[in-house]
Amino acid sequence: MGTAPHGDKPEPSRRDFLYIATGAVGVVGAALVAWPLVDQMNPDQAALALATIEVDIAAVGEGESITVKWRGKPVFIRNRTAKEISDAKAVALSDLKDPVARNDNLPANAMATDDNRSASGKENWLIMLGVCTHLGCVPLGQQGLYGGWFCPCHGSQYDTAGRIRQGPAPQNLEVPKYSFTTDTTILIG
Amino acid sequence: MDGHSTYTPKSGFAKWFEARLPIVGFIYPSFVAYPTPKNLNYWWNFGAILVFMLVAQIVTGVVLAMNYTPNANLAMDSVEHIMRDVNYGWLIRYLHANGASLFFFSVYIHMLRGLYYGSYKEPREILWILGVIIFLLMIGTAFFGYVLPWGQMSFWGATVITNLFSAIPLVGDAIHTLLIGGFAIDNPTLNRFYALHYLLPFMIAGVVVLHIWALHIPGNGNPTGVDVKSGQDTVPFHPYYTIKDFFGLSVFLLLFAWLVFYVPNYTGEPDNYIPANPLQTPAHIVPEWYLLPFYAILRAIPDKLFGVVAMFSAIAVLAFLPWLDTSRVRSATFRPIYRQFFWIFVICAIGLGYLGSQPPEGGFVIAARILTVYYFAFFLVIMPVVGLLERPKALPTSITEAVLAKNAAAAAKV
Repeated sequence: MGTAPHGDKPEPSRRDFLYIATGAVGVVGAALVAWPLVDQMNPDQAALALATIEVDIAAVGEGESITVKWRGKPVFIRNRTAKEISDAKAVALSDLKDPVARNDNLPANAMATDDNRSASGKENWLIMLGVCTHLGCVPLGQQGLYGGWFCPCHGSQYDTAGRIRQGPAPQNLEVPKYSFTTDTTILIG
Repeated sequence: MDGHSTYTPKSGFAKWFEARLPIVGFIYPSFVAYPTPKNLNYWWNFGAILVFMLVAQIVTGVVLAMNYTPNANLAMDSVEHIMRDVNYGWLIRYLHANGASLFFFSVYIHMLRGLYYGSYKEPREILWILGVIIFLLMIGTAFFGYVLPWGQMSFWGATVITNLFSAIPLVGDAIHTLLIGGFAIDNPTLNRFYALHYLLPFMIAGVVVLHIWALHIPGNGNPTGVDVKSGQDTVPFHPYYTIKDFFGLSVFLLLFAWLVFYVPNYTGEPDNYIPANPLQTPAHIVPEWYLLPFYAILRAIPDKLFGVVAMFSAIAVLAFLPWLDTSRVRSATFRPIYRQFFWIFVICAIGLGYLGSQPPEGGFVIAARILTVYYFAFFLVIMPVVGLLERPKALPTSITEAVLAKNAAAAAKV
């Protein structure tokens, strides 16, 4: 602080004011410059432009699956067999490691019942991201202890509704936002 | 330091230059007249070898960069183009890839040397911490470089490692998206990894300068751990250690040449010759050998967040060694109990490396957990406790005395 010309109590000088004002401008300026430098790392417009795809699922018979690429990630679309559906329905919610549906079409707190995981009114269709919630590998279909999906990297086991049952993955496979535009076409994203 | 010499320019040009840019006067006392303990053994060679490897990696890397294309559609083809079409491209790429392996091999020996002889202890704490920073930068650089060929292992290695950041509570997913520049690993990721792979080595070089600077203030440690007491304990760096380092480097280069010319793919993963496929994961994702111990620690913890925390802690804990080791004696040569725990630690680290290469199932996971516990216990429990309880052997009064005693013992045998 500057020296006080009068009395014992030091008065802030004009120089102190200039120091503080310059410092404040410097901090704000640095933050304003840093913002674009950091934000350029976020997904660009080209990546965001690929945000929706339409998929024709007419050719996918019962017990068959297809994998489509959406936002650079695999999406599993499975036409489940009756046994797979009944297996998934038979699981008690209390047995689940992750009790939340992780379905972007439903409220965030929806429970992980089979109905909340599969397409509404079309329970044979299971549409979800093929990205293991542990470290992002692609699980293998119709394998593992629960006949659902098995991640070869670190051994996560998912059931026939894509719910995590065993292994290091913390969450159920994510169900992306989608809708049926016709009976045999879905719009993902 | 005792016997610290000063440079006096002799010729007219040298005087003229020194008065304008005193760089020779800066280098001379640090690399020519620099008084160095006369009892350094061959474990001390690896500092010089590491300097050589850093320069070799930068030189081969700059040349490779002239022929490489950082685009998800072209990267793998450009690497094959380097291997087949570019003049001596195969040699330069194999030198660079195997050079990374030997760089890590050397740095691990350098670190274990420091650990055994107490090189991290007062007054060399900053020196040691700068070393840990270099190690972190090396890991980052190696990872970014590994991704560049855009093969299956590259792609999925990048997927798994960047996903570690999604384990951070609340902001993890946003950070993950920010880091990879998209919803999945793709062209923007490759592009920025290439930029960072080119940048980080120069940051390493910068920290290496600080590391050597911090070394030259207290001077080198030595196998006895006893401080230099007089000029008699030291010899000038040149020619005594320049020639010794050149000899060690020559032997090291024989190993390097054997790797490059006879088994150039020995440390590589065959899966990385398969072009990246975002829709299919390889059966086993493993990193390069030099990161396997940390990978084993990651997988030993049955929780995503804590696994990541444990893996990073395994490196971060090194920075705290100067305060975790409570012993007054530097060199493990005079610490009979600590020395045994040290060698168990070395075996444990190698064991973790082996387990990291195995599938994460059954007995492998249990073994990895046991070794992970020892890894952390060595630093957090054994080091502080043994330092207090152990009764060290009598230290020599000076480096010269230790050298003479050793020579007398050798002479008596003959």
